[in-house]
Amino acid sequence: MAEWTYRLRRGPAYLALLRGQARSQASYRTSFVVDLVSNVGATVLDVLTVLVLFRVTRELGGFDRTEAMVMVGLSSAAFAAADLMVGNVESLRQYVRTGLLDAVLVRPLGALPQLLLMDLPLRKASRAVFGAGVLVVALATAELAWTPGRVALAVLTPLAGVVFFGAIFVATASLSFWWIDSGEVGAAFTYGGRDFTTYPMTVYSGWFRALFAYGMGFGFVSYYPALALLGRADPLGLPGWVGWVAPGVALPAAGLAAAVWRFGVRHYRSTGS
Amino acid sequence: MGSVTATVAPPISRNIIPWFRTFAAITGSGFRRYSTYRQATLAGAFTNTVFGFLRCYVLLAVASGAGGAAAGYSPAQLATFVWVGQGLLAVVLLWRWTELADRIRTGEVASDLLRPVHPVVSYLATDLGRAGYAVLTRFLPPVLTGLLFFDLALPTRWQTVPLFALSVGLAVVICFGCRFLVNATAYWLHDARGAMILWTLGSGVLAGLYFPLRFLPDWIAVPLWLATPFPSLLQTPLDVLVERDGAGIQAGMVAVQLLWVGLVLLTCHLVQRRAEHRLVVQGG
Repeated sequence: MAEWTYRLRRGPAYLALLRGQARSQASYRTSFVVDLVSNVGATVLDVLTVLVLFRVTRELGGFDRTEAMVMVGLSSAAFAAADLMVGNVESLRQYVRTGLLDAVLVRPLGALPQLLLMDLPLRKASRAVFGAGVLVVALATAELAWTPGRVALAVLTPLAGVVFFGAIFVATASLSFWWIDSGEVGAAFTYGGRDFTTYPMTVYSGWFRALFAYGMGFGFVSYYPALALLGRADPLGLPGWVGWVAPGVALPAAGLAAAVWRFGVRHYRSTGS
Repeated sequence: MGSVTATVAPPISRNIIPWFRTFAAITGSGFRRYSTYRQATLAGAFTNTVFGFLRCYVLLAVASGAGGAAAGYSPAQLATFVWVGQGLLAVVLLWRWTELADRIRTGEVASDLLRPVHPVVSYLATDLGRAGYAVLTRFLPPVLTGLLFFDLALPTRWQTVPLFALSVGLAVVICFGCRFLVNATAYWLHDARGAMILWTLGSGVLAGLYFPLRFLPDWIAVPLWLATPFPSLLQTPLDVLVERDGAGIQAGMVAVQLLWVGLVLLTCHLVQRRAEHRLVVQGG
């Protein structure tokens, strides 16, 4: 009980951090606008790439363009939103290297929320909006047979995806507690995971597909939910209800990431100076 | 009146041998400097390899969806394109070079201007050393991984191999020049971040990293090739290696690269001269 009220009382402190961030970023107005515009660019290019590939072929891994776009939409909506909220944890290695993390740890607030709020990249908001837009357009053009269940699935899946990608961001960033120069390794799973979930899973094969899709759980972010929304059977042979397990994968992933993070913080030894 | 800048060329033309010796020494130190970043090298090679798998599977699926060949590439050619491309990415160093911009912002660039070597030349020499180290450590791991797991197309014409080596060398110089120019915007803007974001966004897709540029309609691909340096950074060396075209076009693409080397280096030289006329080093 006491712990709970104590946590509640931290709220205003976090809010102050967020407000300070927003104010400082918006004060350089031109560069903020440039940032907003150019941040959409990355996601626009991802979508354009898929469209260019469909110029050369009519089907990719057994799916046509409108079907593949549902997966692109689910993936980019989830990734962009997670990147906005949690993606900044990537800079943990700079904090570890420069010793800034020490300052964070001595404050009476949680280390992770502080790091996320300390430079919440508001410029990435444009990308999150665009990602959500891609999903809406993809769902609208796919001419789905909407049922209440599918509506729920279309809402639930991107939310689970945000949690899942957030967990991947935190887990891979935690690596730098042990290995400061691990930076790009994280990108293989965060941005790599985004690329993996952008395309139908049938495109990949062998141990690589098994590792990313089932071993790490990326298969449940976009591919299986998209099959359930489209009402298609899985060419790989899993039953239809698998499309609904995204939250069941995302929540344990978040728990696991939190555990890794806590373990990392506890084993953090300052670089000193 | 004539203005004095720190980098008025010393009389190098009289004796070219010491000049080459200096250039080689700077290149060697660039090689040694980058060879100290061992863990970052390992991490980078790992990430390039993972993306190699992702991109290779996607392009192979495009080929099989298109009935065997995609835009004139066989599946084996596409696999070579992806894996060698993942290796070249670090050799030409498309992204993440902010050294010059950082030095301009902090004023450290002043010490570059005091040296008896032109800044463009000394940065280029360092970059060639870096690229040499990257060939050993960042190029080979993805290419060998690709050979191990996929069916890659190997060159069949004898001239392809030397032409590819030349093309990669030219690509490194062009890419260096482009990065130098992007960084040099900091002379005017103090913060080159905006220019760098645009470069990062544009260079990957326009150089052919995400998909071969031949996937685009000709009316986009051809002007892109001739009027911008981007395809010369990755697409040209890769097309040369996989022998997408006949020997004539293959050599012609390298000739286009040669033109871009001249143009980009000349621009670097002019930009640097303009910048020195207006550079105010802050701080004391």
